[in-house]
Formats: sequence, structure tokens, C-alpha cells
Amino acid sequence: MKKLINDADAVVTDALAGLAVAHPRLLGVDLATRVVYRRQGATPGKVGLVSGGGSGHEPLHAGFVGYGMLGAACPGEIFTSPVPDQIIEATNRADGGAGVLHVVKNYTGDVLNFEMAAELCAEDGIEVATVLVNDDVAVKDSLYTAGRRGTGATVFVEKIAGALAEWGASLGEVARLAGQVNTRSRSFGVALAACTVPAAGKPTFDLGESEIELGIGIHGEPGRSRVPAAPMREVVRTAMDALHEDMPLSGEVLVMVNGMGGTPLIELYGVFGEVAEYLARKGATPERSLVGNYVTSLDMQGFSVTACLLTDDLKRLWDAPVETAALRWGR
Amino acid sequence: MDARFFAAWMTETAHAVAAARDELTRLDAAIGDADHGTNLDRGFTAVTESPPAAATPREVLTAAGTTLIRKVGGASGPLYGTALRRMGAALPDTPEVSLADLAEALTAGVDGVRRLGGAAEGDKTMVDALAPAARALTEAVRAGASPEAALDAAMSAAEAGAKATVPLRARKGRASYLGERSVGHMDPGAASTSLLLAALRAACGPGSPGAGSGPAGPA
Repeated sequence: MKKLINDADAVVTDALAGLAVAHPRLLGVDLATRVVYRRQGATPGKVGLVSGGGSGHEPLHAGFVGYGMLGAACPGEIFTSPVPDQIIEATNRADGGAGVLHVVKNYTGDVLNFEMAAELCAEDGIEVATVLVNDDVAVKDSLYTAGRRGTGATVFVEKIAGALAEWGASLGEVARLAGQVNTRSRSFGVALAACTVPAAGKPTFDLGESEIELGIGIHGEPGRSRVPAAPMREVVRTAMDALHEDMPLSGEVLVMVNGMGGTPLIELYGVFGEVAEYLARKGATPERSLVGNYVTSLDMQGFSVTACLLTDDLKRLWDAPVETAALRWGR
Repeated sequence: MDARFFAAWMTETAHAVAAARDELTRLDAAIGDADHGTNLDRGFTAVTESPPAAATPREVLTAAGTTLIRKVGGASGPLYGTALRRMGAALPDTPEVSLADLAEALTAGVDGVRRLGGAAEGDKTMVDALAPAARALTEAVRAGASPEAALDAAMSAAEAGAKATVPLRARKGRASYLGERSVGHMDPGAASTSLLLAALRAACGPGSPGAGSGPAGPA
């Protein structure tokens, strides 16, 4: 394993310390409790948004703390959900008196820890609502799984619900819209090479030189199936077919082509071009787009594609000003 | 069985988890996300590093469970933390508890895990090791077995339960995303549960099964 780290146990702390000094006007970082919050604090009377999850997905979530998105984020150990104490601290930081929305990706650990924290926050008198993100079509939502995973749509939920909160909507309205964004979004991921968790020291799974893994999650876990590597066009078609079969793509679409951490941008843009052609064939248009590394799996090579069926309201909220470390426009 | 016995259980568990850290992570890498060993090691190290001034078995287990919930994260923190806290709550709040009390507490712990995680036996989770262990302990108590023999039986049942997860298809937790591809691997949660039951037996000290010696203090 070759990595730019000092010590496998210090990776998260080192990164948070760096984040704090890289964005001093934007972010405050409490290294003891591991909470990242807006430097200027919670806006009184505004609904706050809190998200968190395992580290290793940067810029998710800390990179999305700031005006128009999250009030606070709580990063756990690598690929491990935060603990209730962290979530409670983040909720306190984001609470402006109008309640707090927890944006939770659907993984057993995240769900359990956020549930425990939400109960304790309610006892402390903070109104908490939760939106569960479960956009990954690679997992069948059935009695035989823990349900669909939360992946790329998390960025859309945080951006769009965060914008609505900035406009002064109530907790109920923000939570409802967040759920709507999730319901209208689907994702699918593909890996060319597995990631290496620093504490494990070697890749989580081995992919042959001419193999790719379809339907991967964002924790380096193996995916739905392993197939021979194919030209990008065919890989994109497989991914887009999976989205389209689950939720017919039509009209105006918000599309994210997301790198898993170890994929060159030149390849991601190639993928986006192919995605746009696919959409055109279905009579859909990529009305808004994101191309880059937003929900990563450490150094994994591969990409995920997320599509959200837009409405005029969703488009307006997507376009609304945002100022975070990882997304910034209109302000 | 007094507070020292239960503290010894936690210490034995911490040693066992530290020794098996890489193996647990390797099992987790096969069907999960390669962090089970490091997470549990961090949790049980925290449990033994700052042992609470606990006078009763109930206090030892409740405090240990709370520490796991606070320190571990992931699914295993809340699940193991809840198991220990439910066990603690089910014990009488007295300086000494009986083997029968322990059997009842372990059953309560299994119920807590089942309720929180929503897993049933056969879903390829820690419940597959924990539930048989609780049953074996209860049966041994009913048969009038010595603590050593009863905890031997619980340990063996957990180990067999963990091994029996290998051919199963996961239906809960992160391994469930793999569907059929989870078959052929031992569930890491069941494997670590088996370590906890072995540590419980070790805390009872040496003694041959069925020797009929009285309740033993920590080794």
C-alpha cells in the first residue's frame, strides 16, 4: 500500500485538520467531537440540515457544509457511520430553532446511529426529521436485502433541500422535498479497480486486468456481478439501462457523472458525453449536470451515474446560490 | 458471578478481538467493507481502558454497552452495545448473579439485537451465533450443569452457529447487497460473537466440563 498518510489511524483526523485550515472563512471544525459546521453558525429561524456517514467519500459530506446546503456534518471512521454523540453535536450546531433534517444514507449502521441520535435530540427538545436516501438500483429492495443503498442522490438531496431551507421553508416542507428528490433519483456504479482501506492495507477485492465490477456501492464492497471489461460506450449503456428500467428517463434530467476517487476527469467527461447521447435516444435532456468526484470510495477506480427527473421547482432550487468547499455558484 | 467476573469477560473479549482483528477485517472484506476488526478492536479497547467503578454485574455490562455505542459506530456499535445493555438491564442489580440470571440476560440480549437490527436466525448475521448460544446456556442451566460446562456449551453453540453462516445467503446488513455472492463466506458479525462467547467461557477460568465446581471468579 502506497498512500499519502502518516498513520492509518490518523487519516480522518489529519484530513479534518487540513479542511479547517483550507477553508477558515467557510468552515469550523471541532476535532474532538469530529463535527464540521458553518463558520458563522446556524441561521436563527432556519431549518438546519445535518448529514454524516463514514469517511472516505470526500467531498461528501463535509465538503457540502455551507450556505445553501448543510449546517453541519459528522464524518465517522473510514466507511463507518458516525456515533450518536457526533450526530447530536452536529444537530446542535445546525439547530437554528426551526428544527433539523437528518439526511441519512440507507446503510444499517448509519440508520441505527442516526435513529439513536434523533431520539436523544428529541428528548433535548430539538425537532428532528429524517430523510432516508436509497437511490442505488443495483440492489433490489426486498425482504432479502437491507434495502437500496444511498449513493449519488445524497448530493442532490442536500443541495435541493438545503436551498429550500435557505428560503425559509418549514421542517415538514424541507423533509417532504428531500424525500421527493430521493424518489425521483436513481444511481448505478461501476468499478475498474477496488479501493484500499488504509487500516486494511490491501484492496478490498481483486479485479482481474480485464474485469470490471457492476453495481458497486460506495464502501469498496463488491458489486452485483463481475463481467469482462468492455468499451466505455457499452459500460455506460449497461449502467443507463439499469436506471431506465427502474425509472423511465424522460424530460429534463439532472445528471451527475461521479468519479469514485481514482478515475481521471478525462474519462468522466467521456462518460458524460455517452450518457447525454443515451438520454437523447430516450427523449430526455441532461438539463443540469455535475461531472467530477463528489461521492468517492477512497482511491477506487470507476464511476457512478445518478439521474434525477427535474421539475421547474427542483431546477430553480438546484440553481439557487450555494457556497461550500465542494460546490459553489451564484453567490 | 460478580462484577469482577463480568469485567474479566470484557478484558478477555478485548484480547480476543485484538488478536483476531485482521482475521475479522479479512472476513468483512470478503462480503462487506473491511472494517469489522478495526471497529470492534477500537470499541473493546475503549471498554477496558476506562473501566467504570462498577459494583454490580449490571453496571459493568451497561457501561460497556454504552461505551460501544459511543465509540464504535457502524452497525456493530449499536448492535453489540444494545446486546450488552439489554443483558445488564435483565440482570438483578445485586453484587452477585447466578448462572440462571446470566442465561436469562443473554436471551434478553439476543432479543435486543433482533429487535434493533430486524434480523432473524438464518439471515447470516451475529444472531446466528448469539441465539444458539443463549439457547445452549439456558438448556445447560435447566440440566443443572456447572458454570464451566454451561459456558462450554454456549461457546460451542456460538462457534457452530458462526460456521453455519458460511453456506447462507445474507439477508441483512451490507453483505445482503451481494445476494448469492455472499454464499461461501463466514459472517464477520457471527465470527466476532463467537469470540465473545469464548471470552465468556475463558472468564470463568479453567475447569473441565461437568466438573461441577462452584461459581468461579475471574482468572
